[in-house]
Amino acid sequence: MDAIQQALCQHFQHGMPLCAEPYRAMAETIGSSEAQVLDALQRLQRDGGLSRIGPVFEHSRAGASTLVALAVPEALLERVAERISQYPEVNHNYLREHAYNLWFVLTGPDRARIDQVLDEIAADTGLQPLDLPMQRAYRIDLGFPLAGNPVGGNPLAGNPVAGHPQSKAAPGDTP
Amino acid sequence: MSLLTQQQRLQLCRLLEEGLPLAPRPYLLLAQQLGAEEQAVLAQVQSWQEEGLFRRVGLVLRHRGLGFAANAMLVLDVPDALVDELGERLGKVDGINLCYRRPRRLPQWPYNLFCMIHGRQREQVSAWIEALLRREGLAQLPHRLLFSTRAFKQCGGRYAAAPEVAHG
Repeated sequence: MDAIQQALCQHFQHGMPLCAEPYRAMAETIGSSEAQVLDALQRLQRDGGLSRIGPVFEHSRAGASTLVALAVPEALLERVAERISQYPEVNHNYLREHAYNLWFVLTGPDRARIDQVLDEIAADTGLQPLDLPMQRAYRIDLGFPLAGNPVGGNPLAGNPVAGHPQSKAAPGDTP
Repeated sequence: MSLLTQQQRLQLCRLLEEGLPLAPRPYLLLAQQLGAEEQAVLAQVQSWQEEGLFRRVGLVLRHRGLGFAANAMLVLDVPDALVDELGERLGKVDGINLCYRRPRRLPQWPYNLFCMIHGRQREQVSAWIEALLRREGLAQLPHRLLFSTRAFKQCGGRYAAAPEVAHG
């Protein structure tokens, strides 16, 4: 990550100007130019460090969601994972190390739609999904802590962007 | 300035969930796609912000893309009477990105407290979590550490069909 990308990550994960020319306003804040800001964001996105920029909708206000787990037999994993990813209601579909090995988040306009998709998934896969809706949030995801992550060290130290030798996957991590 | 129609609001919501265009006048580009005025689009987004529809607005980063490949979900089976107190406590720990209470599904799933922890290396994350549990006096609680080993799909939540949004 270069200095502009670092500054953007530090200043604009929790908020950004909502105006006609937001990138110009961001550039003014960090003392660079609009063209440099756009270039830095485009590179960060291309390198896989930036998913997108803009609003993250509040779950409770904007719809319903739940965390779902499936215990998928090894032999069926690729097929089931691919099938699950095809649902537009699914995001964050991960393989995890447990008998319940496929974990994903379902979102929809309301709980009725979630129930409907859970039924479809059960019928589709022949597997009974674990439905684990959030009951209470003690800490919500407010962006990635960049001022030194106590677990993994500061991501801004060095150049951790994908493709760089320092970003090699941890042992056991299948790309 | 004319306001957006309900159809345009829904469409705007979907477009925003894909991210603001990386161009000097992003709202103008969105407005052109909607057949609306830039000012109307901007006013709508500002009004959603004021109404608290957004958790946050800004850069949405990918942990893996930043080299944080070790992503662990710590799940604990906490007695119901203690779960709120413990959740509040763990939620304040730097290094825990998410801390949620979820229902048990017995007998298959006995865990009711979920924490997400991201780090560069698996060994480092495991050691950090075990040290945390010891320090907090929680090591005796039934718990598991579920590392993610592969991401099949990773994107932000989509709520565009939400009725609350539709008549926002």
